[in-house]
Amino acid sequence: MQISGAQMVIEALIAENVDTVFGYPGGAIMNVYDEIYKQDGFEHILTRHEQAAIHAAEGYSKVTGKVGVAMITSGPGFTNAVTGLADAYMDSIPMVVISGQVPMSLIGTDAFQEIDAIGISRACTKHNYLVTDAKDLPRVLKEAFHIAATGRPGPVHVDIPKDVTAQIETYVYPDTVNIPTYKPHTKGNKRQIKKAIDAIAAAKRPLFYLGGGIINSNAAEEVREFVKMTGIPAVETFMARGTLHHEDPLLISMLGMHGSYAANMAMSETDLVIALGARFDDRVTGKLSEFAKHAGVIHVDIDPASISKLVNADYPIVGDVKGVVVEMMALAKKSVDAEVYTPWLETIEHFEQLHPLQYFEDTDRLKPQWCIERVGEILGDDANISTDVGQHQMWTAQFYPFSRPRQFISSGGLGTMGFGFPAALGVKRGAMDKVSINFTGDGSILMNIQELMTAVEKKLPVINIILNNNYLGMVRQWQTLFYDKRHAETDLSVQPDFVMLAQSFGGVGYVVKTKDEFDAALKDAIEKNVVALIDVRVERLENVLPMVPSGGSLFNMMLLENKKES
Amino acid sequence: MENERRVISVIVANEASVLSRISGLFSARGYNVVSLTVAPIPDTDYSRFTIVTKGSVRVIEQITKQLHKLIPVLRVSETEEMIEKEMVLVKFPITENLSDISVLSNAYNGKIANVSTESIIVMIADEPKRVEHFLTAIKRYHPIEIVRGGTVAVER
Ligand SMILES: Cc1ncc(C[n+]2csc(CCOP(=O)(O)OP(=O)(O)O)c2C)c(N)n1
Ligand SMILES: [Mg+2]
Repeated sequence: MQISGAQMVIEALIAENVDTVFGYPGGAIMNVYDEIYKQDGFEHILTRHEQAAIHAAEGYSKVTGKVGVAMITSGPGFTNAVTGLADAYMDSIPMVVISGQVPMSLIGTDAFQEIDAIGISRACTKHNYLVTDAKDLPRVLKEAFHIAATGRPGPVHVDIPKDVTAQIETYVYPDTVNIPTYKPHTKGNKRQIKKAIDAIAAAKRPLFYLGGGIINSNAAEEVREFVKMTGIPAVETFMARGTLHHEDPLLISMLGMHGSYAANMAMSETDLVIALGARFDDRVTGKLSEFAKHAGVIHVDIDPASISKLVNADYPIVGDVKGVVVEMMALAKKSVDAEVYTPWLETIEHFEQLHPLQYFEDTDRLKPQWCIERVGEILGDDANISTDVGQHQMWTAQFYPFSRPRQFISSGGLGTMGFGFPAALGVKRGAMDKVSINFTGDGSILMNIQELMTAVEKKLPVINIILNNNYLGMVRQWQTLFYDKRHAETDLSVQPDFVMLAQSFGGVGYVVKTKDEFDAALKDAIEKNVVALIDVRVERLENVLPMVPSGGSLFNMMLLENKKES
Repeated sequence: MENERRVISVIVANEASVLSRISGLFSARGYNVVSLTVAPIPDTDYSRFTIVTKGSVRVIEQITKQLHKLIPVLRVSETEEMIEKEMVLVKFPITENLSDISVLSNAYNGKIANVSTESIIVMIADEPKRVEHFLTAIKRYHPIEIVRGGTVAVER
């Protein structure tokens, strides 16, 4: 088939079963958009900013498990997208991002809207390509999808000059990839697995440390089974929320900077950490030299570079979590005896009772945590939950009753304010049968507010619940705690009228000050089935607790004062 | 932490931007580069980078793993069992003691490479340690320019 580079892009996307592309056109990518106009193999969703296109594709990928696809133009289109690429890179989200570039003859001449896109994206993608000949396009696109989705997933950026999308060449889409230099290791070493199982059998206080890699590897079901079978308690990272059902008796809670007291204490007291797809991030470990000090470490991860990067692994297992867990289960059946853990489980129970994750409704204003729990009660499993970045994000991770993997979509590694709303559009698009809730802050929501237009146009009725504290709350919290209450530039007393703002785009808006109003607004927003902003006026000075101060040890937490008892 | 000097040999696919991927990795993660050489491997589609670096054992391990993660990287080897050589060109004023210089360069696998009316250029090729010795020894002949080639290495 003799077709243009632009047509090849369309054909390749269809061959990869892409049903949705998020994007924004411009000069250098127009040849491709012309072909998008002519095709009906996939839907293109025009976001109102390139950053939002990438976040939407991330949300879509996270909820569906498929590769997210976004398309942008050169120069400012690309630079607007960089935050999204970095976000996807940090959270290992499989993505293919296609950008236009100035024609080959102009590259290097500081041409209009020319920027060294692959030079910039090198630092924030798993891999990238500048395609200099349309003959290479089929292979490059095939490789891009393969690299994005295999091994440790991540975004792949393909930059295509305008003359290459115009060039006409023979098109044959390859069935297979052949990259001799890229052969990710997926199968765990049998001997190491056996040794790890022996270590588990010998441990008195073992602890599962479950990470986001489990969700990427679609291994939650196997992990649930493994946890149940062994009777070993588990903590989840922020990225792993939903791996275990919130009612799982062996799930302690989230660990880390805003993890529960019991989770952090269990990590400090365990004698064997069983890390599955987790990467010992500094927000999780606190002070490294004090982290799980008494413990041996089993570390299962697809990325060899994650193993022994920060914490030395006594039992390193490079491989895909799913396969490794299946193999571990086959061996563990014989050797692990759950009864042994009774004293350990009692210790954890004690930690849980001593300082449960809780909050007090001790002021007139609504508590943000209550709102999150309330949505959990009303919608529970029927909602997919995304968040922005800040206090509301941590409260969501702490208090929402997650019941399945891919239910919680949030920017973990990069912590990108403005992620939540566009991501929720992608989440909705990928799972129309669920309500798409975005818990956001009065700061974050304004960082991609233009997406109200996309939501209205494409009928993606995301419900944004603004936990409005009139502050850049998380920064305000640090200022309160560590900067002697000097609240520099974090007071957001000046605000838009969120109701009118939503309405002006064709959405709905609510102001909520009481519990009844909250329920009514949520119910109405669900019924109206259009994009919504629910402006919930919450307690302004609430802090996220417990908290491990940056660089402190996990067992040294700032705790919520138990006001009820004192 | 103790800083070890290590030679890492990296075999990569010949692609347009592979040099920047490797140098970018070192700068992004704050790794040291003492020297870096690169040249194509004859009759293949691959090139060999020889990188001399310094770091703790943990950092060296990370460097090799991170290099391996780059898509165009075929193989990374980092052993102490390397035969290492470095070539150096040195230019001296013609007025210096030429026979001394010639004898010295002979002792370090070298010879005179060029002579002009103003200057004499010698080349040597030897192990990194011995190269250092040579460079110390020639100081008193007032070298005008010293060009080091960077270490190349091959496994025993
Ligand atoms: C793009 C970006 N800029 C700045 C920050 C730093 N930051 C982290 S949380 C936060 C405050 C967020 O405020 P808001 O959205 O109102 O959420 P709250 O903490 O009040 O719940 C800021 C400024 C960030 N994470 N991302
Ligand atoms: Mg706020």
